Amino acid sequence: MNTSDKYEAVIGLEVHAQLTTKTKAYSSDENIYGATPNTKTCPITLGHPGTLPVSNSKVIEYAVKMGIAVGSQIRERNEYARKNYFYADLPKGYQITQDTTPICNGGFIEIKGEDGKEKQIEITRIHMEEDAGKSIHDLDPFHTLVDLNRAGVPLIEIVSEPEIRSSGEAYQYVLEVRKLVRYIGICDGNMEEGSLRCDANISVRLKGAEKFGIKVEVKNMNSISNVKKAIEYEIERQIELIENGGEVVHETRSFNAANGGTISMRHKEEANDYRFFPEPDLQPVIVTQEYIEKIRKTLTLLPKQLYIKFTNKFGLSDYDSIILIEEKEIALYFLEITKHTKNYKTAANIVNGAIKAHLNEFVKHISEFSISAIRIAELIQLIDDGKVSNSVATSKVFTQMLQSDLSAEEIAKNNNWIQDSDTDSLSEFVKQVIAKYPEKVEEYKSGKKGLIGLFMGEVMKLSRGKADPKLANQLVRAELEK
Amino acid sequence: MNSYTSFKDTQIALKNGKTTCVKIVENYLKNISEKNSDINAFIEVFSDEALERAKQIDLKISEGTSSKLAGFVLGIKDNICIKDHKVSASSKILQGFTSLYSATVIERLLSEDAIIIGRLNCDEFAMGSGNENSVYGSVRNPLDMTKVPGGSSGGSAAAVVANMCLATLGSDTGGSIRQPASFCGLVGLKPTYSRVSRHGLIAYASSFDQIGPLTNTVEDTALLLEVIAGKDKMDSTSSSVQVDDYSSFIKPVKRKIAVLKDCLEREGLDVEVKQKLESTIQQLQDDGHEITYVSFPYLDFLVPTYYVLTTAEASSNLARFDGVHYGYRIENPENLEDTYIDSRTTAFGDEVKRRIMLGTFVLSAGYNDEYYKKAQQVRRIVQNKTDELLKDFDFILSPTSPHTAFEIGKKKVDPTVMYLEDIFTVHANISGNPAISIPLYTHSNGLPFGLQLLSKDFTEKDLLSFSSEIMKNFSE
Amino acid sequence: MEVNNKLIQDIAKLSKLKFEDSAANKMKEDLNKILAFVDKLNEIDTEGVAPLIYMSKEVNVLRADEITEETSQKDALKNAPQKDSDYFKVPTVLKK
Repeated sequence: MNTSDKYEAVIGLEVHAQLTTKTKAYSSDENIYGATPNTKTCPITLGHPGTLPVSNSKVIEYAVKMGIAVGSQIRERNEYARKNYFYADLPKGYQITQDTTPICNGGFIEIKGEDGKEKQIEITRIHMEEDAGKSIHDLDPFHTLVDLNRAGVPLIEIVSEPEIRSSGEAYQYVLEVRKLVRYIGICDGNMEEGSLRCDANISVRLKGAEKFGIKVEVKNMNSISNVKKAIEYEIERQIELIENGGEVVHETRSFNAANGGTISMRHKEEANDYRFFPEPDLQPVIVTQEYIEKIRKTLTLLPKQLYIKFTNKFGLSDYDSIILIEEKEIALYFLEITKHTKNYKTAANIVNGAIKAHLNEFVKHISEFSISAIRIAELIQLIDDGKVSNSVATSKVFTQMLQSDLSAEEIAKNNNWIQDSDTDSLSEFVKQVIAKYPEKVEEYKSGKKGLIGLFMGEVMKLSRGKADPKLANQLVRAELEK
Repeated sequence: MNSYTSFKDTQIALKNGKTTCVKIVENYLKNISEKNSDINAFIEVFSDEALERAKQIDLKISEGTSSKLAGFVLGIKDNICIKDHKVSASSKILQGFTSLYSATVIERLLSEDAIIIGRLNCDEFAMGSGNENSVYGSVRNPLDMTKVPGGSSGGSAAAVVANMCLATLGSDTGGSIRQPASFCGLVGLKPTYSRVSRHGLIAYASSFDQIGPLTNTVEDTALLLEVIAGKDKMDSTSSSVQVDDYSSFIKPVKRKIAVLKDCLEREGLDVEVKQKLESTIQQLQDDGHEITYVSFPYLDFLVPTYYVLTTAEASSNLARFDGVHYGYRIENPENLEDTYIDSRTTAFGDEVKRRIMLGTFVLSAGYNDEYYKKAQQVRRIVQNKTDELLKDFDFILSPTSPHTAFEIGKKKVDPTVMYLEDIFTVHANISGNPAISIPLYTHSNGLPFGLQLLSKDFTEKDLLSFSSEIMKNFSE
Repeated sequence: MEVNNKLIQDIAKLSKLKFEDSAANKMKEDLNKILAFVDKLNEIDTEGVAPLIYMSKEVNVLRADEITEETSQKDALKNAPQKDSDYFKVPTVLKK
């Protein structure tokens, strides 16, 4: 569209990640999803009189892990602050968060920009805070029902600089954040369950303009694809508004999953003065360099590092590597295979191909996959030895390996799939076929190279399917070129 | 049968078989039933429970398995939580609320076999200096029923002086243990900030609040402090400094004592209070202690600083009382917003609302720097000056209160007049130092008043030792 | 600093309190008296003084990530002014 080419979108994202600690941020009751309402609380979570917060050491560890993973500067002296406001799911009437001393500053998330080039989206800050309970508005027309199980669950909030320029970039950013938090094992990144949440700040301006446009906050985008949809919609809405002589209003809007649009949340919006002040019930937390180094040593498997290993050490393509590192457990499985084989390309193909297809079909996780890495390595060895063709291996043998503990070789033998790699017997078949179709040989020689398929088919028939296709192909060509 | 006014006497009588825990409790219950309707110290009396427990403790004593506080009967201020008991901070907004847990101080007392006889009236959310701001009505000073017992731990003081229990726990944010102690002729200690766990104390001002005992003797205060003090994993601010054996008093030594000139010269200080203090100072000098009059130019800034900071913290601490999650809720609210506003407006008393408003104001955007940050800076100045003084001196001596107990119902018109009641006591809360009021004097008007001593952080052993010495040598 | 009616209403709103007519006037008067009293702080020079924030000297007060607390649903809802089997029941958030 011409109008949208005039404009540039300026997007900043705030991602909240629920940490997978056993207990809550400031109390020792259980942090768990899906329990019966109001069964995972304690007096501190309930905001009862006289209760005081006690900080969870694991939260510090996870926040530092994230900071290291994105290259932030980790703050040494950390303080907590109170953010004061009233809401039904906020029992204390304030949230304990970090205000002027976020645990991480800076860092970046790497995505591929619209032009296909690598782009770094800078992170403004990461800080620790606690989640509120859940309010359910639609079960009872006159009441809101409140479940405080989620109150006090630890969160980290990751705030990006407004450097994102499209819904596609935003999509990637959230995907990358999700991948990272799962890789370092601090969050399960489930947007549908709410363990990863995203709010967007969106504005538009004429390309080349220096000043930012009025920004609109969009909330309630409960999936990564909805983030993309919502931003797309919002950008268009703002452009249209401006083009028609209107002005964008600074407000909070809610994503409407039903129609893919955004709706003003004006009734919730009255400028709130949060009256931040340092939390007097929690003492400062000093994060030393030693502590950071200790944590850094445990972070050996970040996606970037694996990518470099796969491309540099194993010589895999960018494409293959990217798919392999999508999920940490699969990348680890692949790594395990490479301990037993040097045919990295075939290993990658099998993981990205047959294995992933199987997992998708049966909705399984790699941890539930029944074939061990060693057995896959054996399968690869079978291919390397020329005993089975690639296609027989990845379809027939593989399928049987799923249900059997037998080795790849045993399975191939039992099923008579070991192919004929005996050059002599194959040469015989080739000679027979060539002799049978003299006219076709002539046609081939005069240019119809496609006829090789005919000859191959006949050789395969004669060998009852057991001929090594690579070898057969070689011999047929050699014979034809004579 | 007389009530014992010290634990020492109680223990002797128990040992000699002259009494039992059950008899002790029965005696207190009798005093309560006779006097409480007039004095209004107790909001709730745990008669059956206390008697039952007394039976158990008697058994333990006979078996020789009883602990440190066996026979010690205490009342607890209504802002300290006891599991499965009502607690209300003397406020309508906590009407009907039952606590799910006990404060750490309660657990520690109970683990040493103390007996808790009931919960005590106080100013609402500990905000007040005369126990006149309570939903349960005013408390009367047993020594003169037309007078206040002091506040906010007024019920705690009245109960001890009326022999309704041996000692009580109160809380002190700006003087709320010490001033009632002074008005009622008791020993009242505010420990060093962070000495005693605040877990289970309904928060007023988080960086000022401390729980402490009100007793007849310094020895009893020392013993109780030993039991309740110490690090608590449920209170992140609680100190890991080791708890001393406060009961073993240090042998008398010659002390260096600072007297704040500005306190003694302050307008409004009762003439007799001043005179008697000065004669004590003379006696101390005669006894070989070194007294120096020092200047403390911040006296007039103490109460303003206190009010800005405590109300700021209180405005946040009291946000949880919202009519939504527990406690009082108005009937038939239309929506959430109305629930908050109407419940809080109806159920908070006027003084509490005033302080919430002030606290919200000083924290609000645009005024935060001018008031809140400014007050925090003054706090730093006061703490630095106090630390400086205490490098050269063992104690800072002053009156606890400008005068003796005032009349009930009198000082209600201008809120700031009441605020000046705290002028000598707030210092210790602002700087965090421990401070004690000891009942040395009786005014010609018949009412008691105290002497206040303030010392370095975590030197309660020193403070209590010297207090005991003074009580022995100087009591009238 | 002088407090006016609008400021009273703004602060009341943030505090979730309501003051009408005479109550509003009294609160205004009281706050003005208190602020006049508190304005005394302006007389003291605090240039370059770091605000005092932490009264306790403890640092790194952290606990292990172990479950040690669980309140039953019955107890959690025990003090609720209104409840509905599993939930706290509060008047609707939405305005009439």
